[in-house]
Amino acid sequence: MPRKNFALSFLAIVLSVIVFLVPFAFILLTAIKDQQQASLLDFSWPHQFRLVQNFVDVVQARDYMLIIAFINSTILTAASVTLMVVFGAMVAFILQRRRGRWNGLINALVLAGLIMPPAVVPTIWVLQKLGLFRTMPGLILVEVAFGLSFVILLFRAFIGTIPRELDEAAIIDGAGPMRLFFRVILPLLRPVIITSVVVQSVFVFNDFTNPLYFLPGDQNATVQLTLYNFASQFNTQYNLLFMNILLITIPPLVMFLFFNRQIVAGMTAGAVKG
Amino acid sequence: MATTTVTRSAETRGDASPAGRVRAKSPYPTWFYLPAAVIYGVLFIVPTLIAFYFSLTRWSIFDSKFIGFGNYVTFFKEPALVTSLWHTLVYAVVTSGLKVVLGLLLAMLLTSQILARGYLRSVVFFPVLVSTIGVGLTFTVLMNPEKGLINQSLAAIGIQGPGWLTDPSYALLSVALVDVWKGVGLATLIYIAGIVSIPQEYFEAARVDGAGAWDNFRHLVLPLARPATVTVITLSLIGGLRSFDLIWAMTRGGPGFTSDVIASVIYKQYQAGFYGLSTAGNVVLFVVVTAIVLPLSRFLNRKEVEL
Repeated sequence: MPRKNFALSFLAIVLSVIVFLVPFAFILLTAIKDQQQASLLDFSWPHQFRLVQNFVDVVQARDYMLIIAFINSTILTAASVTLMVVFGAMVAFILQRRRGRWNGLINALVLAGLIMPPAVVPTIWVLQKLGLFRTMPGLILVEVAFGLSFVILLFRAFIGTIPRELDEAAIIDGAGPMRLFFRVILPLLRPVIITSVVVQSVFVFNDFTNPLYFLPGDQNATVQLTLYNFASQFNTQYNLLFMNILLITIPPLVMFLFFNRQIVAGMTAGAVKG
Repeated sequence: MATTTVTRSAETRGDASPAGRVRAKSPYPTWFYLPAAVIYGVLFIVPTLIAFYFSLTRWSIFDSKFIGFGNYVTFFKEPALVTSLWHTLVYAVVTSGLKVVLGLLLAMLLTSQILARGYLRSVVFFPVLVSTIGVGLTFTVLMNPEKGLINQSLAAIGIQGPGWLTDPSYALLSVALVDVWKGVGLATLIYIAGIVSIPQEYFEAARVDGAGAWDNFRHLVLPLARPATVTVITLSLIGGLRSFDLIWAMTRGGPGFTSDVIASVIYKQYQAGFYGLSTAGNVVLFVVVTAIVLPLSRFLNRKEVEL
């Protein structure tokens, strides 16, 4: 057993505190300060603790905008992640099992979805033609379209580890494609379902660009848009701004605490095999 | 054996009579592609293709008129727009370079014998999951030239910090540094996965041969963690070239146009109602991303590991 390197450990811990923890401590401290002290923008202990007051103020700001935003973001995240996982898993299943001449093209399209930046204004044009521009369903479908590639890649690798004998046994027992996929295969995909749901939820929840383009306006603003709008309105009330940042940081933190292992699995997929 | 015969016969039957390939017959029906294909096709592929046409038009809310390459001429004649192209490249190269170097160093550190390894891994990785806008706004305050924590701390040890986001020559690099702060955890995680997958026997054999820490790094970790390096470079280049939200939250392309990238130009032109010009910017971004990422990933994936 090699001995631990204490000097290096100490240095690493001190540096990690300065570089990574101080910014978060700054968010937390500023969020509980009163308005005057917060406007100094310094890193100091609050004179008065106004955690509850600031929380109430930021929630009530602009007719409970933040509550609406949290509801919108939850709907957006839940709906788009559900759709992209189910549809992505279906594609990955067929793509992995069936060796056809379209496979090359489909694989190329999947990769294109990861690499290519979306064409924003033409997407708006298409949404407008469909009557979905500035609507929540429109944004949900956009998130599904942009998130599918990642989900398909994750699922395809995992489905490759499920033996085909299982499919055949189910088919011999008289299962049709729907039954085979939804009753036999899908339950086996649990680990990768959890991974992709968690990772994509964090992505969609944190997404700023797509709501900015495809769902502008106050009525159905998402949390990231609301935060961005607060920043220009509350530039004298830093305590409220940072309370907002703090509130927006909590959902990813909860995800991280509960699903750390799955997040790591999802984000490092492909790192080993290349 | 039984497996192969079953699938083989199913395939040959399908090929022999395409008309007879009834949905219920194949256990892997093509219509499973359909829901994803419709959404992806309508909202990703179609917009990408029509972007090439619309980039050749003068396009407003009401109508579009074909004007040939006018938008591209404007794009490459306007200094503010051309520099955005340059800034995009600088931003992508700086962020991905730093992520590779720092990610590898941190991964070496976090796979070595060190105290509080779990804590360190978590704390390095957590910013990846935090809202980009939140991080951007926080660092905008921390980088405030007079009152910000960074310059206050530097002043305490006698260094006059620059106006990170207000000085035109630093703004883009400051944002890039914040991008690295937020993204280095992912690079580290990918490298850790790569390093952990190297069989321990190699290190033992190296120790028997009398290899030091540097030899281990140079001749074992660096070549064998190559897939991780490829992933980190590709991911961070793609992210860096497309990056918009952090820059928009911190500087909005300013001061002046000194931190404008293509993605922020696309948004600004869209806001100003120049849809054709915005789409031309988008096409330029496609071309830049494809021209950099495709050959690079070909090149990186082709080279075999040399031990």
